Amino acid sequence: MSTDPIPLMAGQRTSGIQTLPRAAEFLVGFSRLLRRSGYTVALEQTTAFLEAVNLLGPGSMEDIRQAALATLAPSPDRRREFETLFRSYFYGDTGTPAKGEYEGHDQDKTHVKDTGKERIEQTEGLRVEEGGSLSSSTERLTIRTFDAERENEELLRFRRALANALPMRRSFRTVRTNSHGSVDLRRSLRQIVRTDGDIPEPPLRRRQSVARKLLLLIDVSGSMKLHTTDHLKIAHAVVQTAKAAEVFTFGTRLTRITPSLRIRDLDHALSSAASRVDDWDGGTRIGPTLLAFLAVPRFAAFARGAAIVIFSDALERGDHIEMETAIRRLAARSFRLSLCTPLAGDPRFRPETAALGAILPVLDDLVDGSSIIGLTKFILSLGRPVPRAEAVGRRG
Amino acid sequence: MPKDVSSNSASFAASPEAIASQLASASYIADDGLATAIFLAIRLGKPLLLEGTPGVGKTEAAKAVAEALGRSLVRLQCYEGIDAAHALYEWNYQRQLLAIRQAGKREIDIYEDRFLIARPLLQVLRAPNDSLLLVDEIDRSDHEFEAVLLEFLSDFQISIPERGTVRAAAQPLVILTSNRTRDLAEALRRRCVYHWIAYPEPAREAAIILLRAPEVAESTARAVASAVRNIRQRPLAKPPGIAEAVEWANAATVLEKGGSPWPEAFRRAIGVLIKDQEDLSYLAAEIGGIVEEALR
Repeated sequence: MSTDPIPLMAGQRTSGIQTLPRAAEFLVGFSRLLRRSGYTVALEQTTAFLEAVNLLGPGSMEDIRQAALATLAPSPDRRREFETLFRSYFYGDTGTPAKGEYEGHDQDKTHVKDTGKERIEQTEGLRVEEGGSLSSSTERLTIRTFDAERENEELLRFRRALANALPMRRSFRTVRTNSHGSVDLRRSLRQIVRTDGDIPEPPLRRRQSVARKLLLLIDVSGSMKLHTTDHLKIAHAVVQTAKAAEVFTFGTRLTRITPSLRIRDLDHALSSAASRVDDWDGGTRIGPTLLAFLAVPRFAAFARGAAIVIFSDALERGDHIEMETAIRRLAARSFRLSLCTPLAGDPRFRPETAALGAILPVLDDLVDGSSIIGLTKFILSLGRPVPRAEAVGRRG
Repeated sequence: MPKDVSSNSASFAASPEAIASQLASASYIADDGLATAIFLAIRLGKPLLLEGTPGVGKTEAAKAVAEALGRSLVRLQCYEGIDAAHALYEWNYQRQLLAIRQAGKREIDIYEDRFLIARPLLQVLRAPNDSLLLVDEIDRSDHEFEAVLLEFLSDFQISIPERGTVRAAAQPLVILTSNRTRDLAEALRRRCVYHWIAYPEPAREAAIILLRAPEVAESTARAVASAVRNIRQRPLAKPPGIAEAVEWANAATVLEKGGSPWPEAFRRAIGVLIKDQEDLSYLAAEIGGIVEEALR
């Protein structure tokens, strides 16, 4: 298909771009505009767009719009933006955006930000606040380690160990094995044919083990600001090492920062992540943001069967019913749900707030999230079974 | 590759309007966008990628296209861990072994056609003009399988080491569906004609209900469509799809014939519409009002 010469408007076939008819030039301009606006449009798609417009007539602007939607394939999340661009390009319209058909995410008032491959324009740096005044009296008790060098070493060790420490599940695929498996019929038959009916030792296959998905949900609200940088460093190490990992931040909004953390350099990755998140050190709306997470089918499906680690103090402002619902739904989907709270760094900590008490029965782990060392140690232990969080909470 | 449009698909894909009317005779009501996307997919000779939330009729659309074209539907259901042996072909090893035994000293070719089990992709390659390939819920498969599929969709050929390459005589029609539980590879998206199926507007949903459930009265269908639209705007764990709306209209009609008055019949049949305990308790207080408003 790719060897086809590029068919242009009005059925003519040429090989040089200089002979593009003016109408076609105008249409090509639209895909160029899309590319400038951060959409990925392949040459193949532009060609298909021209062919489609040609096939449809075009009888009206609606035909061109339909052709653009079908061939340039904007993702449903950016559909409204796409319609606005289309109107401004073809109608010269700069008014209010046309209402897109897909508004599923608007049902929930909590803002979900998943820019995917969009370019990042903001350059606001990460606000690292060390030793600032603490927001609440409970946090003053937290034990923190400031030894940066040791932390870096720890992170390196963590990255090396993580690949083999993730929880595993049995995959549908099979791999060759020397023991404990069923007979590999395909290879056995080949051997039989080769050796004239003799098969001294039938080759075996067994089902492969693959690592489970890992989902990190990081609380970036004001009460967590001392720990946010640590959490992001860990998240960076996780995304760099684990095959299937996703990282979201939540405060008053939900933001997917996985694409930023894929950048190899730690500082660069952190500043890119910082510019994605709009709600640093703001208020806390744990319940609504987690419900917003679950309302996006793509995200909710990622949580299914995944090990979910939430970095949060679980201090919800006001009513905690929504948080309870969200945590319960997450727990029902996940393989293992863990809450890492910096408050647990204090030996006198008891999970006694109403919100924490309510979610404790569905949590698998409730652990100390106050230091990188403790956290990395915990994440490395995710593959091993532990007693329920409730039981640990009652202890001592 | 020549874009071989066989005669029945040429008459089917005369224009988007022709497609919409023929789909309607196959009991599927398509909007302009979908009809245009199907038209472009057939005429440009590209696979059609349909995305949408569960229950908006993606698989039904593929079935309707197959029916309208008079082709058989070859369905490949994707799942995590699906591999080439499930999608392309497999040898029938037991029969091969038996054949070797029976042959004794004679020469025998154990890679004949009769030992080959054709899986969906190979089936379609062998009869490209009589079948339509539906790759269902591609988002459930993993990235490796997406790559296998990508190769298949670009060349429409499968190489079998023992037999050589099998090529399609004409370009088969392919429809892929995805629930968008994860982003598909960019390479796959750009090879396809794309359409996002949204929930239909109430008038179209009422028409769908009437078409799918002939027992239901027109006023009921309209009430159901408007109530379901209202319910979908609420933050539910699982918003009801079109199939659920049809079932709800059906169930309420059955209950009404059994003697329940209208609003009561709708309320009692709610179990076929909402299938989540939390959503049910969330809606319990409001459902009466929603139904009243829709019936008005």
